[in-house]
Amino acid sequence: MADKPTFSQEISNLMYAAHGSPVNNCIQCGTCSGSCPAVEFMDQTPRRLIGMINADLKDDVLDTNTYWVCASCYHCSVRCPANIDIAGVMYAVKRYSIWNKTYADDLVGPVFSETFMKTIARSGRSYEPILAPTYIFGFGAKEFFQEVQGATKMMLKGRIPVLPTKIKRLKKFRNMMKRIVPVGEEE
Amino acid sequence: MKKYAYFPGCSLEKMALSYHKSSMEATQVVGVELQELDDWNCCGATTYFHLDEILANTLVARNLAMAEKEGLDFVAPCSACYKNAYFTNTYIKEDEDLAEHINYALEADDLQLEGNLNVHHLIDIFADEVGPEGIKEKVTNPLKGLRIAPYYGCQIVRPRKNGEEVEAPQFFEEIITAMGAEAIDFANKTRCCGGSLLLTNRKAALDMIRILLYNAVQSGADVIATACPLCQVNLEVYQTQVNEEFGTDFSVPVLYFTQLMGLAFGIAPKKLGIGSELVSTLPVISQFIAKEAR
Ligand code: SF4
Ligand code: SF4
Repeated sequence: MADKPTFSQEISNLMYAAHGSPVNNCIQCGTCSGSCPAVEFMDQTPRRLIGMINADLKDDVLDTNTYWVCASCYHCSVRCPANIDIAGVMYAVKRYSIWNKTYADDLVGPVFSETFMKTIARSGRSYEPILAPTYIFGFGAKEFFQEVQGATKMMLKGRIPVLPTKIKRLKKFRNMMKRIVPVGEEE
Repeated sequence: MKKYAYFPGCSLEKMALSYHKSSMEATQVVGVELQELDDWNCCGATTYFHLDEILANTLVARNLAMAEKEGLDFVAPCSACYKNAYFTNTYIKEDEDLAEHINYALEADDLQLEGNLNVHHLIDIFADEVGPEGIKEKVTNPLKGLRIAPYYGCQIVRPRKNGEEVEAPQFFEEIITAMGAEAIDFANKTRCCGGSLLLTNRKAALDMIRILLYNAVQSGADVIATACPLCQVNLEVYQTQVNEEFGTDFSVPVLYFTQLMGLAFGIAPKKLGIGSELVSTLPVISQFIAKEAR
């Protein structure tokens, strides 16, 4: 019987395309953490997260907010001397956690991602007002108020659409999506 | 006239309509034709890759396949859309497995993608195809004395494409200089604006925006130029919230580079979508509006 894959193998398996070197090439130099504009908001720095993945500390990794705070700016990826696509790893951990529903309850990221996907399955385009309510409920009263104020100002300047746009070949588009993952209601 | 398949992306339909309008105007002046892809779909922005990488690549591939069918190269004005398109187009050539998956799905919409097309960000068209000299030739209303911060953001330059300069790019500065304006030395020009982090980790995102605004203002910017709708909205629309959060008083206009270029080409502000900003641009640009704007 084959050995159970390590967490770093599981993560590598979630990165299909050409994404640089495997995570276990990490030399723990810290260049990624030093380049990260969001590091002070992370529970664990990118360097430590990579180290934790390699140490097979799966639960601890999934418990961090690090991969959701990552803004996908690729500063770490272009600088890593071991050619690891750290931003790609962050995406892979996000996917792992969404699929396994292991993220912390108060995170808004997963809800946002899932809603976004449903919106596209419905119309083929993304549409801000449908997205807004889903993440806005995760906000406190002050943030909620600020967000509504901002949206109202945008609306007054004609910058928020009243109705969502739909693509023309929507049915074929949905069938295309279904060939990859089962989404949306049956046609 | 060189023609491209133009992929506006969801933001440009409304939120960033001014970017769309000004892109159309500015490209026309320099003799580039943008032909909007018929029936394009959302490319998944940065969000889709959280869910399923193959699906994300498939969504992007559908748009690319339609461009390839027309025999045209692909142009996106949004940095996130551009990055997605660039990499899907690269991966499909490098990874046979992925190509097979994607093409199986595309078949459901009678499409196929080989990857025989080039993918550009709109700013590349001005930087490379037209070039600073080509821009300069068309300037009738040089923006003399206007101090512009060239904000690259992330995804025009990162991840690295074809060994390009990712640490200290200069092409945005060259475009600004060609408009007759002054490109200020903006240390944080490639620092991230937070992207869609604003929706998911507000505290981190507002702080990232604050740092950028502070750096631009300290460096003497009259206006920040962007090449991405997400950057524009983060830096402009969220200024009020940054001010509330940190007790600052930022009020710096943020325009698309195509809007500034349009002014330099003597185009009337209205045609460039100027006037839909939340931070008024008039105090800064009124002196740069051509007397006989076309
Ligand atoms: S930059 Fe690369 S090698 Fe250095 S700690 Fe980060 S992941 Fe490891
Ligand atoms: S991609 Fe993510 S982890 Fe890497 S530097 Fe940017 S925000 Fe930090």
